[in-house]
Amino acid sequence: MSLIADVRSSRELLVNLTRREVKGKYKRTALGQLWSLANPLAQMLVYTLVFSVIIRITPEPGDPSGLNVFALWLMCALLPWTFFTSVVTGGMASLVGNENLIKKVYFPRSALVVSNAFAATYTWIIEMSVLALALLLFGGNPLPFVPLVVVAMAVLFVFSLGVALLLSIANAYFRDMQHLVSIVFQVWFYLTPILYPISEVEKISAEHGPLFGNVTLLDLFKLNPMEGFTEVFRNLLYDNRLPEWSTALECVVWAVGALIVGSWVFDRHQKRLAEVL
Amino acid sequence: MGDAIVIEGISKHFRVYHERNQSLKSAVMRRGRGTYEDFLALDDVSLTVPESSTFALVGDNGSGKSTLLKCLAQILVPDAGRVTMNGRVAALLEVGSGFHPELSGRDNVYLNGSILGMTRQEIDRKFDAIVDFSGVEQFIDQPVKNYSSGMYVRLGFSVAINVDPEILLVDEVLAVGDAAFQAKCTEKFAQLNREGRTVVLVSHSMPSVRAMADHAAWLSGGHLQAVGPAAPVLEKYEESTRGATGNAVIGGLEHNGSGEIRIIEVDVLGHDGLPRVDVGDPVRVRIAFDVAEPVENPVFGFAVEALDGAYLAATNTRNAGVPLGLVDKPGVLECVLPSVQLHPGDFIVTAAVTDSTTTHSIDHVRDVTRFTVDSGDRTWSGGYLALPATWGPVDVTATVPGRSA
Repeated sequence: MSLIADVRSSRELLVNLTRREVKGKYKRTALGQLWSLANPLAQMLVYTLVFSVIIRITPEPGDPSGLNVFALWLMCALLPWTFFTSVVTGGMASLVGNENLIKKVYFPRSALVVSNAFAATYTWIIEMSVLALALLLFGGNPLPFVPLVVVAMAVLFVFSLGVALLLSIANAYFRDMQHLVSIVFQVWFYLTPILYPISEVEKISAEHGPLFGNVTLLDLFKLNPMEGFTEVFRNLLYDNRLPEWSTALECVVWAVGALIVGSWVFDRHQKRLAEVL
Repeated sequence: MGDAIVIEGISKHFRVYHERNQSLKSAVMRRGRGTYEDFLALDDVSLTVPESSTFALVGDNGSGKSTLLKCLAQILVPDAGRVTMNGRVAALLEVGSGFHPELSGRDNVYLNGSILGMTRQEIDRKFDAIVDFSGVEQFIDQPVKNYSSGMYVRLGFSVAINVDPEILLVDEVLAVGDAAFQAKCTEKFAQLNREGRTVVLVSHSMPSVRAMADHAAWLSGGHLQAVGPAAPVLEKYEESTRGATGNAVIGGLEHNGSGEIRIIEVDVLGHDGLPRVDVGDPVRVRIAFDVAEPVENPVFGFAVEALDGAYLAATNTRNAGVPLGLVDKPGVLECVLPSVQLHPGDFIVTAAVTDSTTTHSIDHVRDVTRFTVDSGDRTWSGGYLALPATWGPVDVTATVPGRSA
């Protein structure tokens, strides 16, 4: 696949572009990189207030960790989700935003999308480390699962990158995509069991029975690739147990599929980027 | 000696949309078919660029030179034909693109270098040379957004030129920086040539193309008109622009007018034959011209401007009452100014030829030459003109208004 060849040949460029993203983002702010934690913290406070204190969603305590903290349970799924969206939206913006560069210099165009994904990963790693620390403080035991979490993060990275490559090309041709995607992400966010446990969906699904044929509401919910990732990250971090093999496999399949489709489409269209932008 | 670049029959067309609307709605509305016209920017162009040459692409605006250069730089992909580049390529289509304004000059050198394909070790090795060449040592750790536009461009250029490409593509970027920096760049190009590297450049500045290029190609409307050693190709190109009415560039000067007579050279001569006089000295203005078609009673004239553009004075053969009769041979016309009453400074001369009514412009050359007026043995107090004044002694016996004697 030429994407891999591109990435290999432009390692230097990727490092520098990523540094540009990371360093440039919080330049001239007093708190610097700390700002990257502010956003998830604020989200955590708001969602915890609304969905735990006011609406009283009570997820099952972690099994076998015994953790019972809504905010931590939420963050185990919310951080992967925000990472995913920032890779995709950032990737889409990276081609349009670097129009000038694309029109004036030749370099592997995928470097822009990939470096943006790396920059998002950098932030994500900091966030996940803070989360792991918090889990430890509240009595969880995430440490033995760190290697597996890293693998899961890598898989989600691949999935996000695949989607980002696909949509960044689409956005270069049709600028509508960025607006469309922001709406799709809103709907997608609420359709993914991040703010509520999947067990709630199971209940409703059982009440209604099959929608058509054998297909239940729950089955439709499980089609969502982010549902699988949510489950895997919660299992590893919050529950401190291995996820089900089928779920893990599903995530890997989605990731590989997304990357193949994304890089194929990107390869086919990147040559004309200088003209369409 | 082989060929650095082989271009075989490349064509490139662009879609010129009547209604360029990059939205899904419009794509759906026109059912995928845009209403566009094909614009052929390059039509079956084949040429080879010999190794270690400086190769110039010349042509009018819109002739396809930049498109060709972008095809060589892999920024555009030709619709047909093949380009073979034998060696590492660096393109200088716009300097400093990709600089991040918030990052320091140092970080940007690394960033830009890697965009142009250098490895970290390479940049480490050349870092001092890059900074040295750019002349922004003092500010290298400042964010580049605080740089002046000249510093910005110089740093970008220094990075690009230090990529050490076997083939360097340059688009009109020589027009950046001050005179000293331009001289440095020209020298650098010459050095690249000596080292056996190939430079392909696009430029509108005929003097610099003449000075630098040994091979050239002339494009017109996407077609290759001529290719080969620089002198004959450039000669043909210049001839074509001369033949056209309207604007033309000859010897680096921009000519306007229908062109039956062309002003070749104008000299302002002081008493020692230099374009320098003292205030009040006589001066001779010699206008050398070429004749393409005989003209009955043309009017020659020239105007003097200050450096700030203020129009100071003009004279022509009609106002002076000197009809020239039929002018059908090249020649030199001399005008004598007995006394130059201009304030010391530099002045710009614009020369023109019109028909006998002075309403139709045959040739008009702005800034055809300049001359300097020196203060001589007096001091002057500003303005454009010199007042040849004599001041008398104080007369205490004269009546002062409002005072009784």
